[in-house]
Amino acid sequence: MTLALNHYLVLAAILFSISIAGIIINRKNLIVLLMSIELMLLAVNLNFIAFSHFLNDLAGQVFVFFILTVAAAEAAIGLAILIVLFRNKQTINMADINEMKG
Amino acid sequence: MTAFIQPNLLPALPEMVMLAMACLVLVVDLFLPQEKRGFTLLLSLITLILVGIATVYVSPASSISTFGGSFILDKLAVTLKLSVYVVTFLVFVYSRDYLKDLNIYKGEYYVLGLFAVLGMMIMISAHSFLLIYLGLELLSLSLYAMIASNRDSVTASEAAMKYFVLGALASGLLLYGISIFYGLSGTLDITELSGIIKSQAASNPVMLSFALTFIVVGLSFKLGAVPFHMWLPDVYQGSPTSVTLFIGTAPKIAGFAMAIRLLVDGMSDLQVDWSQMLTVLAVASMAIGNIIAISQTNFKRMLAYSTISHVGFILLGLLSGTELGFSSAMFYTITYAITSSVAFAVLMLLNREKHEAGEIADLRGLNDTNPWYAALLAIALFSMAGVPPTVGFYAKLTVINSVIQIDMVWLALVAVLFSVIGLFYYLRVIKAMYFDKPAENQVITIKEALDVKILLSANGLSLLLLGLFPSLLMAWCVAAFA
Repeated sequence: MTLALNHYLVLAAILFSISIAGIIINRKNLIVLLMSIELMLLAVNLNFIAFSHFLNDLAGQVFVFFILTVAAAEAAIGLAILIVLFRNKQTINMADINEMKG
Repeated sequence: MTAFIQPNLLPALPEMVMLAMACLVLVVDLFLPQEKRGFTLLLSLITLILVGIATVYVSPASSISTFGGSFILDKLAVTLKLSVYVVTFLVFVYSRDYLKDLNIYKGEYYVLGLFAVLGMMIMISAHSFLLIYLGLELLSLSLYAMIASNRDSVTASEAAMKYFVLGALASGLLLYGISIFYGLSGTLDITELSGIIKSQAASNPVMLSFALTFIVVGLSFKLGAVPFHMWLPDVYQGSPTSVTLFIGTAPKIAGFAMAIRLLVDGMSDLQVDWSQMLTVLAVASMAIGNIIAISQTNFKRMLAYSTISHVGFILLGLLSGTELGFSSAMFYTITYAITSSVAFAVLMLLNREKHEAGEIADLRGLNDTNPWYAALLAIALFSMAGVPPTVGFYAKLTVINSVIQIDMVWLALVAVLFSVIGLFYYLRVIKAMYFDKPAENQVITIKEALDVKILLSANGLSLLLLGLFPSLLMAWCVAAFA
């Protein structure tokens, strides 16, 4: 069996759905939420690389490098905010983050 | 292999000046003692003026594109960039005393603000998916850090976390849509994309609208349209008011630019599809925004719901798909940014040490103690409600007119109905200011600097001026799409 474009696309779609589900369903830990966000960006990267390979076009792979760089910066800021939050609330439980409502 | 061709760098001169100056401010601020922090502010303001001059200097007669077509400089870009600078200038000046009171008067606010402006400039001028994404992330990452800058506040860190998670989710959805478009067209360039969509629109409609849905969802997350508005009230309420002021003004202009570049420049042949999607979003935003705002007691939270309803109006102009609609949506966005800067600035002046003024009750009796600021806030609120002769009236009028022009009279009626409902909660604030007595232990003291007073007065009166002579700005908006 050879791997065709749609195999990659289906895999990326599954990963993307898992990450969205992780963001929406997860009510416990904020770190898991950050992991879901990373997974979502990686699913998109897989899409780009697969398209780039099958279209014989390099632009998609260049885009992936930029997404990886931005994802690193984003993770740094996300973890920094997480630490600030933990210092103020002594918890990173999603259910306790309910200061504002309405 | 094609040979390397030196791109024309001149159209990106404002961006380069901004980058250099932002780095300079960052380094200079390191060596300043706390009591000389005012120099950072001064340098930031000089930066905005310099960048403004550079933008006027390079402004072209017709559109120029460079960097292989991924960067565009046209009348739309120039007008939107200039309005971003003006609004940011006001925000920086207004925020100074508030930041001092909260003990977060540091260089970071200004440096992050300048980098956010750079992100917005890139978003406005971007003409490829890659550049749009990078500009958007530069803006968003700066905003996340700005919200969290009030490190000891529980609500601020919570707001930062919520904004971060939902902002990242929105970027992810947008990127997924972009990746599908890339797969379908094999290009990241907006101009090439629009040509390819034209040829594929008939043969491949399902995949195109699949990808388009992700783009629209990502966009409406960033703009704050219902049902993707969950982050907006929490972020407005939780952030330091100086940051709320920034988030509520300039990024709306950049978000509008992003919508124009993606939907209008890139996907005009899918207009039937995105018009339908935007219609649903616009009606839902106007309905939910105006109705939920009625039950709010927190002023910042109420303004957040009011923002959601205004996003609905901006979408009305976009969905009409005509030049009139685009220019009226642009007018609406710019004037909304100017209006909300007045509202948040007055709220910020009411802030006293260790007491965050944010409830509507805090505004009671403002007219007795500070009639001038009460009047300015009243003008801003009337403008948001759309009462003549303020500019909000003309903005709503042109947007509704553009919808009637495409024979969607029912939509115009819905818009009018919800803006009448919206009038109620704006008037309630005005009643609190003019007819209620302040509570016993409540003293409203405003200690304002002279420059803030002058700028804020000019800003408030400009709402009346633009309301009486809308063509001062409207002419620019029409020229941007001509």
